[in-house]
Amino acid sequence: MDLIANHISHRFGDLAVLDDVSFTVRAGEVVAIVGPSGCGKSTLLSILGGLLLPTSGAPELRGAPPADSLNPLTFVFQDFALLPWANVEENVEFPLLHTQLSAVQRRALVDDALRRTGLTDFRKAYPKQLSGGMRQRVGISRALAVRPAILLMDEPLSALDSQTRELLMEDFVRLLADGGMGAVYVTHNLEEAARLADRIVVLSRRPGRIREVVTVPMTRTERGETAAREKLLALQNQIWSLIRNEAIDAEREVQHA
Amino acid sequence: MLDRAAPETAKDKATRRVLFRGAGFVPASSRFGGWIALALVIAIWQAAGSAGVVNPLFLPAPLAIVRALYELAASGALWQHLSASLLRIGVGWLLGTAAGVAVGFAIGLSRLARSVGITFISALFPIPKIALLPLLILWLGIGEEPKIATIALGVFFSTAISVYSGVDAVPRNLIRMAQSFNVPFATIVRKVIWPGALPAILAGFRITASVALLLVVSAEMIGAQYGIGAFVLQAGNLMQTDQLLAGVVILSVFGLAVGRVINWLETRLLHWR
Repeated sequence: MDLIANHISHRFGDLAVLDDVSFTVRAGEVVAIVGPSGCGKSTLLSILGGLLLPTSGAPELRGAPPADSLNPLTFVFQDFALLPWANVEENVEFPLLHTQLSAVQRRALVDDALRRTGLTDFRKAYPKQLSGGMRQRVGISRALAVRPAILLMDEPLSALDSQTRELLMEDFVRLLADGGMGAVYVTHNLEEAARLADRIVVLSRRPGRIREVVTVPMTRTERGETAAREKLLALQNQIWSLIRNEAIDAEREVQHA
Repeated sequence: MLDRAAPETAKDKATRRVLFRGAGFVPASSRFGGWIALALVIAIWQAAGSAGVVNPLFLPAPLAIVRALYELAASGALWQHLSASLLRIGVGWLLGTAAGVAVGFAIGLSRLARSVGITFISALFPIPKIALLPLLILWLGIGEEPKIATIALGVFFSTAISVYSGVDAVPRNLIRMAQSFNVPFATIVRKVIWPGALPAILAGFRITASVALLLVVSAEMIGAQYGIGAFVLQAGNLMQTDQLLAGVVILSVFGLAVGRVINWLETRLLHWR
């Protein structure tokens, strides 16, 4: 199943946030969206996931989702969005409660998702008892439980410390390795984008327009190798040179706001 | 290499400790402090009464109040008054709470209900509900109904306000999360909004329990033969201050008991906080 951003523009009142953004996320592909602060990355993701109506244009799907997918477009949120009154397994089961699945089937999906994220031993813990990294693992586990075709990840690592970020990045690489699941990965971190994405959509300063779409010239497996580091660094520098001046302008604009 | 200075050798006249400035602002209550203070006050009060320092007509000693309570209980009058008050508070509070929760949720979830509801609540909330009792007597007669209606009205407004404030306070990201999984509206209300608003709703219950107690006493003082409020008023009219204070003690115990019930509910339902 492909996800298409079809000439999407958006305004908040008088403020133009996105201007004519078009690209396609092909089945199993990971697309990162980067750009200066306030360029509309998260707004674009909300529109792609159907949580926000664009002023013009539309998000579209092409092709059928996998037969076992219960929620083809599934978000992983920056702030985890866990129900604080529910324990880990209840949080993971939450999106399954309204489906036609039996309790046994739900249990199997929850068990599988917890196993894939290493949370099996923490199933009875409440969010307040978990570290930030573990909370995000619960968020990822909940997303995996509904068998998504495309994960919509809104800066999923930005609230975490650098060590936890590194560990979760390894998890993302592993989860997306087989190409069975695509992702749109919004981030301000160019290293994360270069490490995870097949293509990187670089947005301009507000209103966000596509400045360039950069293809990462190696597989994700190759990127883990030492020899690839220089190439990835060069790629990051290339993207940074594209957005640096606008990032400075955007920062000054935020400070004056 | 790390610079490991030996503190013993580094000490000289110019060496001094950094002053600790982080004390205070973390008040911790002692488990028995409150009870000891209460016992002390009662003991002083009793001693002053026994010594004749205080005129028992104006302030009867604690033992006289306990005696009055015992006599009330032995004669059966205590239960007669207490049951009348409990019935009025129970029915009035339940009716007011049920209506308040329904209207509060409607205001919290519906644009139309919010536009209309907040206007009416803002206009009617400040009215002292006891002032409506004469009107309610005209409408509903002189039985239990106007007293119950007064309590229900008082409880309704506070409940509605705490419920819609609680609904407003539910983090929007949780609702968006549920929507992103196509969770139906009713399930979002039941599984996200209700538990999210529960802390504010229970805090509202604490307030409405006090409101109900205040209104039942006021209403019984205006027009009732039985009830703790009526009993306190009669005792005052007859200068039976020991009985009057016995009535006040009953009200205090009732308030404490309700507080305990709400504490228990919070412990049970909000254990996740």
